Amino acid sequence: MNKKVDVHHVTRIEGHGNILVNVQSGVIEQVEWQVPEAPRFFEAMVRGRSWADLQTIVSRICGICSISHSLACIKGIESAMRIPVSEQTDKLRLLAHYSEQVQSHVLHVGYLVAPDMLGAKSVIPLVQTHFDVVKTVIQLHRMANSWSDLLTGRTTHPITFKPGGFSKIPSETELRGLRAMLSEAVPDLTSLVDVLVSLAGLLPDFERETEYVALVQPDRYTFYEGSIGSTDMAEATPLTEFESVVNEYVSPQSTAKWARWHRDSYAVGALARYNLNSAYLKPLAKDIARMFDLETRRHNPYFNTLAQVVECAHIVESALELIDELLTAGLRQEIPQVEPQAGEGVGCVEAPRGILFHRYVFDDQGRCTSANMSIPTNQNHGNIQRDMEALLPQIVDRSEEEIRLWLEMLVRAYDPCISCSTHYLHVKFV
Amino acid sequence: MNKPKVAIFDFAGCEGCQLQIVNMEEEILDLISIVRLVEWREGMSEQSEEYDVAIIEGSITRPQDEEKVRQIRERAKTLVALGACATDGGVNKIKNRFDLQEVKQLVYGADSALPHLDSAPTKAVDEVVQVDYKIYGCPIDRREFAHVVRSLVMGKRPEIPNYPVCVECKRKENVCRYEYHEICLGPITRAGCDARCPSFGTWCFGCRGSVDEPNVQAAREVMERYGKKVEDLEDRMLLFSNKQEARG
Repeated sequence: MNKKVDVHHVTRIEGHGNILVNVQSGVIEQVEWQVPEAPRFFEAMVRGRSWADLQTIVSRICGICSISHSLACIKGIESAMRIPVSEQTDKLRLLAHYSEQVQSHVLHVGYLVAPDMLGAKSVIPLVQTHFDVVKTVIQLHRMANSWSDLLTGRTTHPITFKPGGFSKIPSETELRGLRAMLSEAVPDLTSLVDVLVSLAGLLPDFERETEYVALVQPDRYTFYEGSIGSTDMAEATPLTEFESVVNEYVSPQSTAKWARWHRDSYAVGALARYNLNSAYLKPLAKDIARMFDLETRRHNPYFNTLAQVVECAHIVESALELIDELLTAGLRQEIPQVEPQAGEGVGCVEAPRGILFHRYVFDDQGRCTSANMSIPTNQNHGNIQRDMEALLPQIVDRSEEEIRLWLEMLVRAYDPCISCSTHYLHVKFV
Repeated sequence: MNKPKVAIFDFAGCEGCQLQIVNMEEEILDLISIVRLVEWREGMSEQSEEYDVAIIEGSITRPQDEEKVRQIRERAKTLVALGACATDGGVNKIKNRFDLQEVKQLVYGADSALPHLDSAPTKAVDEVVQVDYKIYGCPIDRREFAHVVRSLVMGKRPEIPNYPVCVECKRKENVCRYEYHEICLGPITRAGCDARCPSFGTWCFGCRGSVDEPNVQAAREVMERYGKKVEDLEDRMLLFSNKQEARG
């Protein structure tokens, strides 16, 4: 019994990735997750550029995580040049950062994964067969996009983020409007949850014990600040030591640099954040996690998608509180103040698909002399490969079509963002 | 009416311009109803070898990608470059200012010699094949995308502004960024974004590329009036590739 699965460019993911499976007489000869994305060399390109232009460049690493890349960059600059940031700035940034998580999660769940669960090749035929679901997804996605528009000036590649503050902040009236829009989104979110609860049984029943890595803070489910937590460690690790967490290496069979910490590989993303921080979820999010039975599926990578839905609820609940805090304090116009100086700094946030690190060194003119970035999808590649190696023997007796679908769904579950490909290698394919 | 077959392809880029197509939400459904979308890897599983209109996102950075673009050109009646990476090379072109071997060494260290790491200087799509239409910007403007697609379906040439961002910025009654001692590329950059960055309190960094015949003398006068150096303007122009060939 021979089987070959050769998915040249998995569709409905962000970026280019291939799956290769070769089974000869029932024996697995090869199972590989490969990444042929064109490298773009951002770490080299930012050298010599002014601190003032850095965010404009590195935002372009990824169209989907541009807010996260921009924030990691700006925090890196602020840390290197010891630029103070007001509480208001931090809160407005967090509010903007939340909008990106929802944008990205809804896009992934609604447009990229839902077709698999509803048996379609894309979201387009679902307009005919599942109009209500598509309508809900569109409404949520549009809500998240206009949320980003308000805080950052547009949906992709934020304009308003500056080291030291904002170039423009919303008015209190606009924040009240955002508050109303978020409250109205809750019923859409719960109706999406109802649909997904009915479909969660279709997700493959596959588990593999995994090390999960995410930002942690003592008292909250954090996205924007904290230190590095691992499910294999009791103590958190400071952000400045991120290179000792990521431990990037080249695998002899790999197309991309991989990461490992305490085990052969680790995972980042919504399920990792859930596994480390679920005690601090807001009430509605906790309810939804219970409905998905997420606690008992915490080692099932396919449930990363549902962890993203739990996060959407948590974020909407948290954002409503954040807006109230901002409105109670009253908004002040603050002008960012930067005195360029030499220094080195690390910036870290949770991108929608996992923890993201930037490090920069500046000369005394404030020009960047070196940069290093570790991207969530890079950190996940080794784990995707290990999952495939563990999953394939369990499903090797099924049809090629089914093996292909389960492996494709596995890749999609990680919500890979392959354009963030500062480190990717590429290979020639058979 | 025969609906034109449309295919969307992506090369080196952040995929943010494709995301703007998704971000049209309901309106994308209207557009899909007047064309036949036959291939779009990011959004659907179907693939095709036949299309009337090919939309290409991203820059061309590898020999095998040049081959693929030539093949797409042969198959497509109309070819559209989508977004700054495709129309001008975008931020990917900053790479061309460095020695390529040195760039690879810096990012990949000892592994940079591996054969599967080949990368050529970045090219805009029209440096490889003929491009019929360009949708500018980083990211593109959703309304402009819809305008171009509708025009193509109706067999008309889409109108794209060929005047500087300053025109739109003045119309919005923004205070000039030079009054804030900033270096703004508005005087030479192609409008069509509704002066979005100045309207959100910051300088234009030129993502739509320069107008066809920039009024260099006027830009020089602005620099002089505000005591700015032309070199500072050129430094910022590097971000979106406008001056890179000239600088070598």
